[in-house]
Amino acid sequence: MLAIGWIVFPIVLYKTEPQPFNFSHKIHAGEQLGMACEDCHKIASDGRFLALPPISKCAECHASQIGQNPNEKILVDKYIVSNREIPWHGYMRQPDNAYFSHASHVIVGKMKCEDCHGRIGSSDSLRTYSVNRISGYSRDIWGLNIPGFRVHPWEGMNMDRCIHCHAERGRRDGCIQCHK
Amino acid sequence: MVIDLDRCNGCGNCTMACAVENNITPAPNSRMNERNGVTWLRVFEVPNGGQYPESETVFIPMMCQQCAHETPCVTVCPQNAVELDPATGIVAQIPQRCLGCRYCMTACPYHARYFNWWDPEWPAGLEKQLNPDAAPRMRGVVEKCNFCHGRMHAAKAKAAASGSLEIAASDYIPACVESCPVEAIVFGDLNDPESKVSKLAHSEHTFRFLERLGTEPKVRFHSERSWVRAMAENSVGSGQEEQHG
Repeated sequence: MLAIGWIVFPIVLYKTEPQPFNFSHKIHAGEQLGMACEDCHKIASDGRFLALPPISKCAECHASQIGQNPNEKILVDKYIVSNREIPWHGYMRQPDNAYFSHASHVIVGKMKCEDCHGRIGSSDSLRTYSVNRISGYSRDIWGLNIPGFRVHPWEGMNMDRCIHCHAERGRRDGCIQCHK
Repeated sequence: MVIDLDRCNGCGNCTMACAVENNITPAPNSRMNERNGVTWLRVFEVPNGGQYPESETVFIPMMCQQCAHETPCVTVCPQNAVELDPATGIVAQIPQRCLGCRYCMTACPYHARYFNWWDPEWPAGLEKQLNPDAAPRMRGVVEKCNFCHGRMHAAKAKAAASGSLEIAASDYIPACVESCPVEAIVFGDLNDPESKVSKLAHSEHTFRFLERLGTEPKVRFHSERSWVRAMAENSVGSGQEEQHG
């Protein structure tokens, strides 16, 4: 029974969905091109976080194919030429009732992207996207570790983690500070 | 918040703006009646009972009064699903914690709480106008006015973008206040003695509904008419109210 609970149930609970094509953060944000996170993942002047860049941002460099990479070919042929947005699955998309301001944490709180998101900037391929069959939330919200133990601070993005970090800094917030 | 009842003409704009801003679902027509719809802000029409030319009518926009002292809904909730937000004073409803017992609806002296009898559904196409700053509620939970705190979140994010944690007063205005064509609703920080709302709240002829209950609502009303003020204190059981709009 224990094995079913800890091993089989998570396998049944989550299903994987493919991303439209592979994307290498390493090529873009690594030594080769040296782009910064905020070049694509911007905070707008009104404080809203523009999580995924629009296709026009990709088209600034990839208006036509500039290499031999098959993923770039998909990007150009399927999305840039037809001016369609890429239907990425967002790993970090929070539930509808959660409010999170990147501006508060990054601009006011001086936090770095890596503090919460880990070393995504140096990854060469996109991870498998898993989604909870019942809630529809990405597995990244709970974290890969089903019992909830964490080795790195960026594993899991649930409320416990928000509260833990706020409590460490002496913040005592009411529910509506973070909930819609 | 202070509402000038002498200005309100009962147009119902505030009710509509509130529904749109907060993703309030229209109840299915076939099953809707006077008591089971969701209207965070409801305008009541109250006549003075006199014959012409002495007849007068007042329109009263009624929403959660954000009680500050021994808040009835907070006190009775068995789930801790209602709390008085320490930073803003807003009485916050947490739908995910609510078990739907509706004790709070019974406790509320202002009947400002509403129960979701059905799954949230919008007529085809209308889902495109949903506000991303307000999360829709599910069937089986209670909801109520929260002073459009989604707008407060947006104002906080805007302030943070310029490196500040302080919200500019002009950036946080609830939808009902913004939509009122006669500017009958004044909103702001009651703790700031220099704010317009604070001055109006402490002016003559400003009152609260059912003040004798001692719940210290943060929504106040203003009227130069003495019969309106008398009605506000004795409104329970008068039987004169009629729903309007």
